[in-house]
Amino acid sequence: MNLKKLPKKLVLQGGTILDPLSGRSTKGNVVIEHNKIKSVGSAGGAKGETMIDCSGLVITHGFCDVHVHFREPGREDKETLQTGSRAALAGGFTRVCIMPNTSPPLDSPESIRFVVEKAEECPVHIHPIGAVTKGQKGKELTEVQAIISEGAVALSDDGLPISDAQVMRLALEYTSMFDKPVINHAEDECLRNNGLMHEGEISTRLGLAGNPSLAEAIMIQRDLELANMIQTKLHVPHVTSASGAANIRRMKKLNSNITAEVTPHHLFFNDQALLEYNTNFKVAPPIRAENDRKELIKAVKDGTFDCIATDHAPHTIEEKEATFELAPFGMIGLESCFGAVNKVLDMPLKELLKLLTVNPRRVMGFEEDLFTIGCAAELTIIDPDQEWIFKEQNIYSKSRNTPFIGEKLKGKVRFTISKGSIADLK
Amino acid sequence: MQEKHLLGLEHYPAEDIVSIIDTAFSFREVLDRPIKKVPSLQGKTIVNLFFENSTRTRISFELAQKRLSADTVNFSASSSSLKKGESFKDTVQNIEAMKIDAVVMRHPDPGASLHLTKYVDAVVINAGDGTHEHPTQAILDMTSLQERFGKVKGLRIGIIGDIAHSRVARSNIYGLKKLGADVMLCGPTTLIPHHIDSFDVRVTHDLDEVLDWADAVNVLRIQLERMDRGFFPSVREYRNLFGITSERLKKHKKEIVIMHPGPMNRGVEIDSSVADGKEAIILDQVLNGVASRMAILYLLLGGKPENN
Repeated sequence: MNLKKLPKKLVLQGGTILDPLSGRSTKGNVVIEHNKIKSVGSAGGAKGETMIDCSGLVITHGFCDVHVHFREPGREDKETLQTGSRAALAGGFTRVCIMPNTSPPLDSPESIRFVVEKAEECPVHIHPIGAVTKGQKGKELTEVQAIISEGAVALSDDGLPISDAQVMRLALEYTSMFDKPVINHAEDECLRNNGLMHEGEISTRLGLAGNPSLAEAIMIQRDLELANMIQTKLHVPHVTSASGAANIRRMKKLNSNITAEVTPHHLFFNDQALLEYNTNFKVAPPIRAENDRKELIKAVKDGTFDCIATDHAPHTIEEKEATFELAPFGMIGLESCFGAVNKVLDMPLKELLKLLTVNPRRVMGFEEDLFTIGCAAELTIIDPDQEWIFKEQNIYSKSRNTPFIGEKLKGKVRFTISKGSIADLK
Repeated sequence: MQEKHLLGLEHYPAEDIVSIIDTAFSFREVLDRPIKKVPSLQGKTIVNLFFENSTRTRISFELAQKRLSADTVNFSASSSSLKKGESFKDTVQNIEAMKIDAVVMRHPDPGASLHLTKYVDAVVINAGDGTHEHPTQAILDMTSLQERFGKVKGLRIGIIGDIAHSRVARSNIYGLKKLGADVMLCGPTTLIPHHIDSFDVRVTHDLDEVLDWADAVNVLRIQLERMDRGFFPSVREYRNLFGITSERLKKHKKEIVIMHPGPMNRGVEIDSSVADGKEAIILDQVLNGVASRMAILYLLLGGKPENN
């Protein structure tokens, strides 16, 4: 990746400009001056100005990922805000929301301020998600107002489900004063038990403890009922199961504040992939059966899911070299995201791009129109048809834990423009 | 042998299982001699890596190795550098660097033996990996059935107890099906996996049904810690429903061969009168364990199979 400061004036020439907000697609140039959008769609661009030939490429909004882990503070050996930002740029992302499961967790206004200040120097926009409960312990609420005023865009205890329904009710009620979404890792911990993978034929053969789909579906339904009663914002992260998706589809009719995300890996793989005990497939919540995968794809297409989120979760090689039982849960996903979902979803590009741009921005309350004249340039330039093999050299994260290495993907990010810089992915 | 390692029976070729059993019988003959030792594996070095407590499997392997004149080293987790924070990978690569020919490993994590093959070039023999497989136990069980019945094909074998958490059950199911036996599982609903359908076995929760049907039953050890986690309410109730007692066996007017992989909970899953009775072949299993493991080590380290 070649990451440079934007020149005073840059002309993106001859591309297809696809505005995911309006759905309109036009041929023409995009001109960026002093890091801001100067014009969109004009033929212009004088000699002597810096040009990028975008013929055959699509110019669109910068991608937004509402669910990543950048491990700072505490596990800088896995990822930092800086290295995570480079992984984001490589994947076409200009804006990400980081989960609070750092060490210490982001459960205080001070810790939120720490990451917000550190994020200022990073080449992508990084927004912290604050913890719902102190120490992510699922008991006492954090100082929600103070955390939000320091820059938290949502509240979540990340991988630790809020098991106590009363705590979840209070979290939703209290947070509703500030119009921010609560995100709960939806799994019934008792039913999940010590499950390491999807409970099914494969887990039975491998002798690995199973995590039943029902553990997710039940918890999603509880959260949806609570959010419906309070009529407040609930965002359901990384849905994995057919039954979980069905619950969201049904309850969305009753509460327009419900949003949900799905990850590229749950759309791309099924539990057969675990037959060799490859720890890079060990994720939480787990990769489920083929029927679930098919239903997730359907749910993307019928609008049940609002957005794609990677749940980018870096871990060291040493940790992932352990046995399946001992290896930590999670895979990185920013760099491979677009090529994976564009391939597996096989849907019209303007619809797919909504799931990576306008929709996640709406979930988090970010500006949705990135082609407004005068707005800071946050653009991604892609070749949607290029087929390529995802390789280790395509990874910019500090970690390497992804089973996408060696997979054939379709669609490649070519340039990412963010915060006054341009990343050239050639 | 078509496979370099013996990791499990799920994907193991049936003809190689047959070769192992045939060869085991020739080693059985060695074990009956006054001098129970052959030079077959002289100069070969085998490491027994035990990350989980085991007495009988470790002794069985060690004896098999000594009878074949191999050099052996024992390594158990309690005496190892793992306690000092060394990783599994470093531990096994260090051992391999000392030039060894085979590793016999027992490990609490499913898939650990496959995992080991990524880090060592030596032949790997799975001596039990968590709740996944225990292929040498299944092979010695089949050797014992072959000895008792003269065949395995067509036999009706019941497996009774905690199927869900049993590596012995999984390996037995795969091995028995490959050799043409019919299998029925019996145990409480909570200890039979929910997704057993694809294993092509019969399932019952009625002990009398399996006793009525089977030529032989393999009685699994019930781990009492399962009771604490709610899989069954009490030893008394387990014994009432699934315990193999003389009274229970008397209801069935035929001979049923009784097997148990050990160690037994006498008075729980099996009564002493049954375990020590004439239909039990439990101690034959132990002897066949040494012979079968001799056959496995011999064949995987380059020996030629014996054709009976």
